[in-house]
Amino acid sequence: MAKELLKGNVAIAEAAVRAGLEAYFGYPITPQTELLEHMSKRMPELGRAFVQAESEVAAINMVYGAASTGKRVMTSSSSPGVSLMQEGLSYIAGSEVPAVVVDVMRGGPGLGNIAPSQSDYFQMVKTAGHGDYKQIVLAPATVQEAIDLTLLAFDLADKYRTIVTVLLDGNIGQLMEPAELPPMRPLRQTLPEWAVSGAKGRKKNIISSIHLQPEALEAFNRKLQAKLKTIAASEVRYKEYMLEGAELIVAGFGTAGRVAQTAVKLARAQGIPVGLLRPITLWPFPEERLSQLADEARGFLVVEMNAGQMIDDVKIAVAGQCPVEFYGRTGGMVPLPDEVLAAIAKLDQATLPASRIPVLNG
Amino acid sequence: MTTTPVEQLVYQRPEALSDVHTHYCPGCTHGVAHRLIAEVIDELGIRENTIGVAPVGCSVFCYNYLEVDFVQAAHGRAPAMATGIKRVLPDRIVFTYQGDGDLASIGLAEIMHAALRGENLTVIFINNAIYGMTGGQMAPTTLPGMKTTSSPLGRDVETSGFPIRICELLATMEGATYLARRSLHNPTEIRKAKKAIKQAFENQLHGYGLSLVELLSSCPTNWDLPPAEALKWIETQMVPVYPLGDFKNVKRLTSNP
Repeated sequence: MAKELLKGNVAIAEAAVRAGLEAYFGYPITPQTELLEHMSKRMPELGRAFVQAESEVAAINMVYGAASTGKRVMTSSSSPGVSLMQEGLSYIAGSEVPAVVVDVMRGGPGLGNIAPSQSDYFQMVKTAGHGDYKQIVLAPATVQEAIDLTLLAFDLADKYRTIVTVLLDGNIGQLMEPAELPPMRPLRQTLPEWAVSGAKGRKKNIISSIHLQPEALEAFNRKLQAKLKTIAASEVRYKEYMLEGAELIVAGFGTAGRVAQTAVKLARAQGIPVGLLRPITLWPFPEERLSQLADEARGFLVVEMNAGQMIDDVKIAVAGQCPVEFYGRTGGMVPLPDEVLAAIAKLDQATLPASRIPVLNG
Repeated sequence: MTTTPVEQLVYQRPEALSDVHTHYCPGCTHGVAHRLIAEVIDELGIRENTIGVAPVGCSVFCYNYLEVDFVQAAHGRAPAMATGIKRVLPDRIVFTYQGDGDLASIGLAEIMHAALRGENLTVIFINNAIYGMTGGQMAPTTLPGMKTTSSPLGRDVETSGFPIRICELLATMEGATYLARRSLHNPTEIRKAKKAIKQAFENQLHGYGLSLVELLSSCPTNWDLPPAEALKWIETQMVPVYPLGDFKNVKRLTSNP
């Protein structure tokens, strides 16, 4: 397949179609709407299900229903809409059915605005729905990565019977870049044994998240946590940039990570020994790798398009071994490389060992 | 063990009804409604092809009592969940079983839009004018002046509104093609209820779109009435507010699967 100029939202939609998506349910919300629009055309022409739901509440529950049949299903939305989906996400997690959710983040809180933001880190990575559960969170920084991670999202959702979120800011959703789409995958012909499809020649299947006896619910929670532990041990993904000899570590995801990469390159040109770690899975978080880096590092700088959310996870990984500073923009503002470069230079100065502080005359 | 030969079998547990005790209170008509559904599923021969959607409320465990595949929805969201199932498995029979708090309060948007879209689903709607599972609070279906644990002086229509009539409301929607209200307060009405439930499932088999049967039901525990008096209360108090009958009976194919 050749590269073509693709908008992030459309690229994700088409990648999902080619991954074998059989049903899409969604509600219009900026800056995600092109994804829904693409589905409204593509899914019916392939004879697959598309419903524009009456709300995000309904959309996620349509996903829950369709996912209970073992088919590949998804929804997409943006921050305020995803807030509305949290109840459904908790039920989906509680019944262990696979589902893919795309969140094209915009500025908040409240109605906020439609400009790019990363302020849903807490609600998606920490999970805002009730109960103890996690969902896999994949954070692309380019349109190509958005395509690749959408394919991965369906495979991981099926493999672990879990929710997988593709979490991107509105910038990547709206951005047009050259990227290559995968070939069309055939639809899966067999349904998993746990799915509901009619109790033909077998005992009835029940998809439910209720366990009224505390002993039973605790047993379920233990099983769920064991599964999450397996995911955490197997599915961590991240990108490293110029970490060779780095004494300062910048961490950022998505667009913030991409801007930080430019800043790191500029800083290296000025002789500052800095490198970048860009988490691709926000859950599971690359805690172990960050912890290793913290053994040798002078300091960390976390760059985000929010008021400081991922920084909490970086601090857990660093565990007080060195300072962790923050540079962020909010309200839909995207940091510029110069701003991040200044923050790197500041961290460099603040953490220089005494032996390397230039001695002034006199 | 030897089996006693029978001259003529007149009554047995339907195959679609599970051989278990239910958790329902004595005198509650959920059990009657379950049995009618099971008989209809048997008679239509659709047990192995049917998927039920259970609600939140007293009937949350109805999947334990019917021998078909089941999913359990979040409060009020059964029609959305059923939509998701039916759209990917259009040749299966999908029904929801919902109470009045579930369908007529928190889930009003979901049932209205499922009807609006003409989803080819069957909805069994239990109206007992109260929230049963949480212990007898006011529902949107509670009668004017009726005392509940959250309307201790009786439902005041000035501040809490009037009862909602779901069949009449949905009758305005093109996508809802069979809408009927029946009652479970005596054997005659129960027989009529079964006929309506059967027609509602047939409606889906024919591809006519959304069908809903509202069943006036008793809640002796939360009405604080003995079972027999509770049945009488349906007849004397509920039926005048919720008239029985067919509110829509249209044979028209829906464009949905």
